Amino acid sequence: MSAINLRLGAFAAALALLAATSSGALAQKKYDTGASDTEIKIGNIMPYSGPASAYGVIGKTEEAYFRKINAEGGINGRKINFVSYDDAYSPPKTVEQARKLVESDEVLLVFNSLGTPPNTAIQKYLNSKKVPQLFVATGATKWNDPKDFPWTMGWQPNYQSESQIYAKYILKNYPNAKIGILYQNDDYGKDYLKGFKDGLGAKAASMIVLEESYEVSQPTIDSHIVKLKSSGADVFFNITTPKFAAQAIKKNMEIGWKPLHFLNNVSASIGSVMKPAGFENAQDIISSQYFKDPTDAQWKNDAAMKAWNEFLDKYYPEANRADASVMYAYIVSQGLVHVLKACGDDLTRANVMKQAASIKDLELNGLLPGVKVNTSATDFAPLSQLQLIRFKGENWERFGEILSGDVGG
Amino acid sequence: MSAVEEVVTEAPAVEAVPKRAMTLGLGTSLVVLGALVLAPLFVKNFIIFQMTMLLIYGLAVLALNILTGGSGQFSLGQSAFYAVGAYTSAILMEHAGMNYALTLPIAGLICFAFGFAFGQPALRLSGIYLALATFALAVAMPQLLKLHFVEHWTGGVQGLVVTKPDAPFGLPMGQDMWLYYFTLVITIGIYIASVNLLRSRSGRAFMAIRDNEIAASAMGVDVALYKTLAFGVSAGITGVAGGLGAIAVQFVAPDSYTITLAISLFLGMVVGGVGWLPGSIVGAAFIIFVPNIAESISKGLSGAVFGVLLFIVIFLVPHGARQIAIVAQQVLSKFKK
Amino acid sequence: MELFTNQVLAGIATGAIYACMALAVVMIYQAIDHLNFAQGEMAMFSTFISWQLMQWGIAYWWAFLLTLVISFVGGIVIERLLFKPLAKAPVLTNVAGFIALFAVVNSVAGLIWDFTIKQYPTPFGSSPFLGSQLISTHQAGMIGVTLLLLVALYVFFQFTRIGLAMRAAASLPESARLVGINTSWMIALGWGMASAIGAIAGILIAPVVFLEPNMMGGVLIYGFAAAVLGGLTSPLGAVLGGFLVGIFENLAGTYIPGVGNELKLPIALALIITVLVVKPAGLLGRPIVKRV
Repeated sequence: MSAINLRLGAFAAALALLAATSSGALAQKKYDTGASDTEIKIGNIMPYSGPASAYGVIGKTEEAYFRKINAEGGINGRKINFVSYDDAYSPPKTVEQARKLVESDEVLLVFNSLGTPPNTAIQKYLNSKKVPQLFVATGATKWNDPKDFPWTMGWQPNYQSESQIYAKYILKNYPNAKIGILYQNDDYGKDYLKGFKDGLGAKAASMIVLEESYEVSQPTIDSHIVKLKSSGADVFFNITTPKFAAQAIKKNMEIGWKPLHFLNNVSASIGSVMKPAGFENAQDIISSQYFKDPTDAQWKNDAAMKAWNEFLDKYYPEANRADASVMYAYIVSQGLVHVLKACGDDLTRANVMKQAASIKDLELNGLLPGVKVNTSATDFAPLSQLQLIRFKGENWERFGEILSGDVGG
Repeated sequence: MSAVEEVVTEAPAVEAVPKRAMTLGLGTSLVVLGALVLAPLFVKNFIIFQMTMLLIYGLAVLALNILTGGSGQFSLGQSAFYAVGAYTSAILMEHAGMNYALTLPIAGLICFAFGFAFGQPALRLSGIYLALATFALAVAMPQLLKLHFVEHWTGGVQGLVVTKPDAPFGLPMGQDMWLYYFTLVITIGIYIASVNLLRSRSGRAFMAIRDNEIAASAMGVDVALYKTLAFGVSAGITGVAGGLGAIAVQFVAPDSYTITLAISLFLGMVVGGVGWLPGSIVGAAFIIFVPNIAESISKGLSGAVFGVLLFIVIFLVPHGARQIAIVAQQVLSKFKK
Repeated sequence: MELFTNQVLAGIATGAIYACMALAVVMIYQAIDHLNFAQGEMAMFSTFISWQLMQWGIAYWWAFLLTLVISFVGGIVIERLLFKPLAKAPVLTNVAGFIALFAVVNSVAGLIWDFTIKQYPTPFGSSPFLGSQLISTHQAGMIGVTLLLLVALYVFFQFTRIGLAMRAAASLPESARLVGINTSWMIALGWGMASAIGAIAGILIAPVVFLEPNMMGGVLIYGFAAAVLGGLTSPLGAVLGGFLVGIFENLAGTYIPGVGNELKLPIALALIITVLVVKPAGLLGRPIVKRV
């Protein structure tokens, strides 16, 4: 113990020395557009209207969180000015809003803009302007590509690595499974599907008996479930968004199809999926998680959950606490605050990327125990750990180790 | 009246607009043109980009105006033609390495053919039935674009990233400004061509069909030909607009061309004034800027604010911007006396 | 063969959703001679009202009745406030008004009740119906209610004075006025009834698709398609159209190789357009003859 203390002490001394020398070298503060002695301007683009408006709550939560940070004194004395625009999930509008943020509002960086197509539309532009596109709100695998896009960084565990985890689990425990898949016919669904097939490897062709896709415009997915049942599949991989996930869980029970059910993390919310679908229908579903489900009773007395509730009580009382997006936004906002604090007085865009790419074992309020944020100059995937969970009673039961599945971009 | 048939004298769905009233006077045109040419010299790149989008959507609204205001056919499917134009340009530029300017006429031609072909079954339909058929086209288009056997070309759900062209001949201007003037020249060209089309023999045939199809056919107008032709021309112009849009936005994806785009273009036409070509640019301004105004008033209720603003506009000027222009003209002529 | 029967049964179950909505579409078409793009959103809003009433502790059937009354009055109020002033405006301006209404209702519902899905109760239960696991008692109940509505509407339009007056007011307003029909109030009444039927549709659909502000988006497209396929002037046609669309869509998705599954909706729509090209007034609609 004392040895460790001693070492820590020495380390701290070295750090202090380093800080002293570096602050000497960087006596004057450095700023890029969007930062000053009093303010840091952060841009954001969210679908507040249109087909994906359910996710608008992420932007609202972030706005509330930065109000909290400002009320508590800001970041190294600077207030965050959070400018968030609506793109209605339409890529041409995203381009317009991104240009407005960069050229008219002159933000330091664009943070957590939502959706794969909108982010793809602005990726090239932001990289050519050397504006950080930080912690994008999509699980696509391609954001971890520091070589080609050094100004773009992902955030959450990507879809492909998640479905690889399921694939490996199935190969190990159910090598003779007949797998039926239902996926949303867009970038998100296809990314999951690809990861899953890659994970199964050579056995994909023989194990997967049916792949069904649906469109978001469909009112119900009943007929797909009927078809999946008659395919004889005994393992079901459910790649759907919350509404369709709940429909599938309920329909499975109604038509008496009881496969081993894998549900993607996107819909692993007790409050907004399991409860509406009916707890009795959702037993034994397997999914994975990296943050605590606020509607899961096991976290009722958890310190992080209490902090979350206090924050919402004070700054965003009308938030629906069953909505997993609120927790998601709370965590990613902390991530940004961490990066900005680490930047110190050097608030240049280059330094923002440098600090964002040198996060070591950062733990944030709300992440599952053991899940940590890690980045490096070659790893632009901050979160890549997940834990398998199984639905029992009215809670998620975690099982197995914290798994990491890094898939490069 | 027999029991199974209802006979109606149907009021035309689109009111008759005399062809003179479809355009602006020479003086006004020159003022507008001057403003469009000079404005980019004084504003930021971002505004230039918005103005480029304004022209592009203006073209697409104009195309719908020719179809609806000109020939009386209603379409909620313009986003489909816009998408085909955009993808044609994007694919030719990115896969075939073709010059961006050359892709536009090809996009226009392909869309003309597509529109002309679609006009054939649409011939048998009118009013609500035509609305549903075009609506179906708009709903189907994003799904067609991501089909697995065209995925190699269209990029599937991921879409295609398009390279933005630099100004040619070493002209001292940025990409945005060059693209703006490039778009402006094309827009003016198409606008003049459209005005002339509506004043020509074909234009008179369009309008005769719009005002009374049966009478027009009795007078010897080839109704079927002109109706499909109107669809083809409209789709062709929309395709050029789509191609320009792809170059300006530098990205095409199925999510960019949903039914929402078709509805926006329709709203643009109504707000600008059905059958009044200069109104197209006013309508385009409405669909670009009013959502921005709405969200600056309220984030959570941006949709509602947009709806309310739209209601206010159609209450005040149910005939669109044309109504304002007519009033202005009357006031001016009083002054002259 | 089992797959075939299953898909047909599943198609009938889904078709009931479309049929329900199609009836509301026919109702408004009979009253105003147009389609109302905001109809799905109005139905969604009514369903949320009934959900809210139940959250406040009101029993299902009371909430149901109250919602019908609120929707009926709400429909009339919307017509009087927003669309009566537009009566003289061009048709396309009215369509823009429907779109504006759509945007307002959707956005307000999202703000009040947010976008997470809500469970909606059913009075019929969801156990298997007559031993078939493919149709639940709720879906059977839904088909029953749809057929009841159909009969009621048929009687209303064929045999009641007010129903006949409403049809006259929509199709021949001038002549209707001449025989002393208050056409303006007929339209308002049509809005009220369409809104109430929409509420019933929403309440029946919500237990299947889950309640949320965007729940009617897809349903409305199918509802339109079903109504147009069956004939916009015929309630029976609309219901038939609903079931046909539901069944056909499933069969196309199951049996057309390659693209069937990916293109279910476009294929269904293409079929409808083909039908319309052959029979422009829909399967059971009355053909309309135009004169100069």
